[in-house]
Amino acid sequence: MPADIAAFPGPAPVAASPRRRHGAQIPGWVSWSLAGPSVVLLVLLMLLPIAAIILLSFTDYRFGALEVSFVGFDNYADLNTDRAFWRALGNTFTYVAMVVPASVFLGLLLAVLINGLTRGRKIYQLIFFLPVTATLVAMATVWKYLLHGTIGPFNLLLKSWGLPAIDFFSDPDLVLGGLALINIWSLAGFNMVLFIAGLTAIPEELYDAASVDGMESPLDRFFSVTLPLLGPTTMFVIITSTITAFKVFDTVAVITRGGPRRGASDVLLYTTYLEGFTYFRMGSAAAMTVVFLAIIMIFAFLQARVLDRKVHY
Amino acid sequence: MSKTRQAGAGMRYTLGQFASHAFLLALAFIFMFPFYVMLVTSFRAPQELFTPEFNWLPQTFTGAHYYIESLTATPVLTFMKNGVVISLGILLVQLLTAIPCAYALAKFEFRGRELLFAIVIFALTVPIQVPALPLFLGLNAIGALDTYFAAMMPFFLSVFAIFLFRQSFKSYPDEIIHAARLDGMSEWAILWTIVVPGSVPAIAAFSVFSLTSHWNDLYWPMIVIRSNELMTPPLGLAYFADSESGENYGALMATATILTAPLMLAFLFAQRQFIRGITMTGVK
Amino acid sequence: MIQTKRQTRQRPARPGWAGVCLARRLVGRLTKHTGEPSVSAKVELENIEKSYGATQTLRSASLTIEAGEFMTLVGPSGCGKSTLLRIMAGLQPQSAGEIRIDGTSVDHLRPRERDIAMVFQSYALYPHMSVEQNIGTPLRIRRLPTAARLPVLGRLVPGQRTARRQIQEAVREVADQVEIGHLLPRKPAALSGGQRQRVALARAIIRNPKVFLMDEPLSNLDARLRVTMRGEITSLHRRLGATFIYVTHDQTEAMTMSDRVAVMMDGEIVQCASPQELYTNPQDLRVARFIGSPEINVVSTEETARWTGQPLPDSIAHIAFRPEALDFTPKSAGIGVDARLLRHELLGHDVLVFLQTDQGTEITGRIPAAQWSGLAVADGRIAFTLRPEALLAFAPSGKRAPLPFSPDGMMPADRMLSHAS
Repeated sequence: MPADIAAFPGPAPVAASPRRRHGAQIPGWVSWSLAGPSVVLLVLLMLLPIAAIILLSFTDYRFGALEVSFVGFDNYADLNTDRAFWRALGNTFTYVAMVVPASVFLGLLLAVLINGLTRGRKIYQLIFFLPVTATLVAMATVWKYLLHGTIGPFNLLLKSWGLPAIDFFSDPDLVLGGLALINIWSLAGFNMVLFIAGLTAIPEELYDAASVDGMESPLDRFFSVTLPLLGPTTMFVIITSTITAFKVFDTVAVITRGGPRRGASDVLLYTTYLEGFTYFRMGSAAAMTVVFLAIIMIFAFLQARVLDRKVHY
Repeated sequence: MSKTRQAGAGMRYTLGQFASHAFLLALAFIFMFPFYVMLVTSFRAPQELFTPEFNWLPQTFTGAHYYIESLTATPVLTFMKNGVVISLGILLVQLLTAIPCAYALAKFEFRGRELLFAIVIFALTVPIQVPALPLFLGLNAIGALDTYFAAMMPFFLSVFAIFLFRQSFKSYPDEIIHAARLDGMSEWAILWTIVVPGSVPAIAAFSVFSLTSHWNDLYWPMIVIRSNELMTPPLGLAYFADSESGENYGALMATATILTAPLMLAFLFAQRQFIRGITMTGVK
Repeated sequence: MIQTKRQTRQRPARPGWAGVCLARRLVGRLTKHTGEPSVSAKVELENIEKSYGATQTLRSASLTIEAGEFMTLVGPSGCGKSTLLRIMAGLQPQSAGEIRIDGTSVDHLRPRERDIAMVFQSYALYPHMSVEQNIGTPLRIRRLPTAARLPVLGRLVPGQRTARRQIQEAVREVADQVEIGHLLPRKPAALSGGQRQRVALARAIIRNPKVFLMDEPLSNLDARLRVTMRGEITSLHRRLGATFIYVTHDQTEAMTMSDRVAVMMDGEIVQCASPQELYTNPQDLRVARFIGSPEINVVSTEETARWTGQPLPDSIAHIAFRPEALDFTPKSAGIGVDARLLRHELLGHDVLVFLQTDQGTEITGRIPAAQWSGLAVADGRIAFTLRPEALLAFAPSGKRAPLPFSPDGMMPADRMLSHAS
């Protein structure tokens, strides 16, 4: 109803003084005074910087340099041939490929098991959600010690059971897996909550109907009722987890700094960070950022599509 | 006949419950293990760390020793104060700017509304890492690097808050707003005294989301904060973990415990709000 | 004989209405403690139009509501009655037309400046405020400075003691009037529907407005409570003496409460008259159908031609008559009709008789129960007569047309032809 408050289509009122505004109209300045501060911030903190980053990506600007020149697509061409960049991109995707399936599956498993409990749901939710709230940097230092090759409790335990030690953070082949483990641990509880929300939205009658139709085993019911109805939620969780995993930065910065050997755990954001804020090569960092933005926009687009479908569902 | 079947079903039922509990308990143990290690290490004597076998409990209980060391030898309290100042400052400006904007988007029609909303939706997808470089250059240009302002500025606008509050305000009954207009309230009074109190759950959930994400943020403080006195908890911890000999795990774990404790305790006291707030990015 | 639209919109047809109205105003003035010159205002709507894009929800609605009158806008949902009410309140702007209160245009005035109170369908109580705060809000806004109304700090603003106390007293007084004095500390969520309704009324009353607008205020109440509140609102109107403009889709509310009723259809005011006039003398077939339960009988002209043996002019498309018009007493004068008895419904005092003519037209009659038992039903058939003066004729456009029958029976064919021309 109030959507038309300001709209005043049609002929002018036949009032004695047609110039005067109608009393029911909220003048435009009221709306703009409400939205104004946000609009200013939106321009200053979002739109201008995005324009600037795109512009920067076409220059050879180095922080502190007095001169800057336009280099066209050189930065992008350089990225194309930059092995370190491709390695970072490849690492990032490998990392995503480890984190997403594991955290989504674990989240679903936890949600289904917890949802089926008659008692103790609350406490399990609490336990599995705890890692989500924990400060990731602090937990990263804990994980670094925990998985330490020689003195880490994890390896001490392995040894006490007669198993060989696994040195995650010093082995270039294992380092991404170690980092992924941390992210799976901190993301599974988040996904679990989303799945539980999806599960509680499934009407109980559907299960009753399935039972009446002869589906006695819980597994039958899971595959014929739960999973199909969780479809939209699952898609959504997958994409959200992908975006989260794609933005991995904290653990790399705290634990490995891209190591152990040169670039074994370099990821896109960390490389961009080094390029821009350590080596101050702003132009090429800007080009990396644009690539990052493009990838994120693709995921966001998919996410929006899934959300749309979820609404229609 | 039916009785036995019932009993059978009941048996299977309890068996299933039992299996679920067993499995969940095992997983819960794994999930809690890092927290346990953090706590137990903060109470252990250093020589215990280098023994070849793992002990579940400290052989020598060091008590508050490492906590006192952490609090006195490192500026942990300063980090926490900075964390509070920065995340509360961000939240305050976010609420003050996003609430009116969301209200205008939800309840008024004005020229440019569709465009503004489209930009908000677009901006929702852009993470801080994208505008970071230009923002850094801008802050540098005005000489504001390494200040509280620099740490807060990029987050003054939360398009997520605008989006969320718009949803919440849209569902606020128009008739109540109409009644308030007839009662003589100004639009600003209607917003802050009528609509906002009706949207407390959404605002509380967002506040939790905002406070936790900025308390935990490492990326941006790492870019703009240099001086120890201004470091946030994650930045301070990362810096401290690095500069220390790296072998003083007791003090490190004590510091980690102290810095994680506020949020964890808040979570334990307000679980529902926390879960709602943090997963809000996902559900709506 | 054709009545024009203008005529129907003039003064109410009820005899002595002006006198009643004056008396009410006097009563109203006596009950007021304030010495205001008048407690009610005349509201004039002139050619109000409203369109949303291409769709027009109101087309040239004109209406004059006399000071102190109880006017009801009634019509099916979507007819524009609520929109018209919101335009009067200043909550929505009209696309064209003018609104005058006591002769002065109020179009440019904001809602708060129009001296109008409104009661909403959902009651629109402020959910986070107590009943006392809800009722007191209009006064706090008007009497306390902005600073003093701030949530917590407001208490610290000095010099507001007297104003606050006066507001508190006013709230208490009004709350007692609508019998919710004991509910003041509660929140709206802790009240029943009827109690919320009273709070909404109190919040309107406390302002002493000259005009009350009510938007389907009873539709969220259960049937029993609705009857009670109907009586309370009419007595409130009598007590306050203010102008009441009441919107409803319920014809019973319209008929029982109002001085005059304006029937709205498709964005237009089709007829505005006293309830009795609307019932006996509808000027439009839609009005005739909307008012009255069971619905008025409408038969085609071919059907009536068969009954009377006389064709009707083309200027008439429908003949309508109320269920009470059916006379089952044998050998009574009028048009005789023979029909099949389908079924009957006992309503206690009355009986509804459902009939079907040989042409398939269904007709409903209403007779006193006592008469029903003595009725002669032979072979499932029953005869009734219609007095010609009980018949209403409608043109193909749906507008009322003059009756082509003479009062004392059938009309000669030549006179009928002259009517047709």
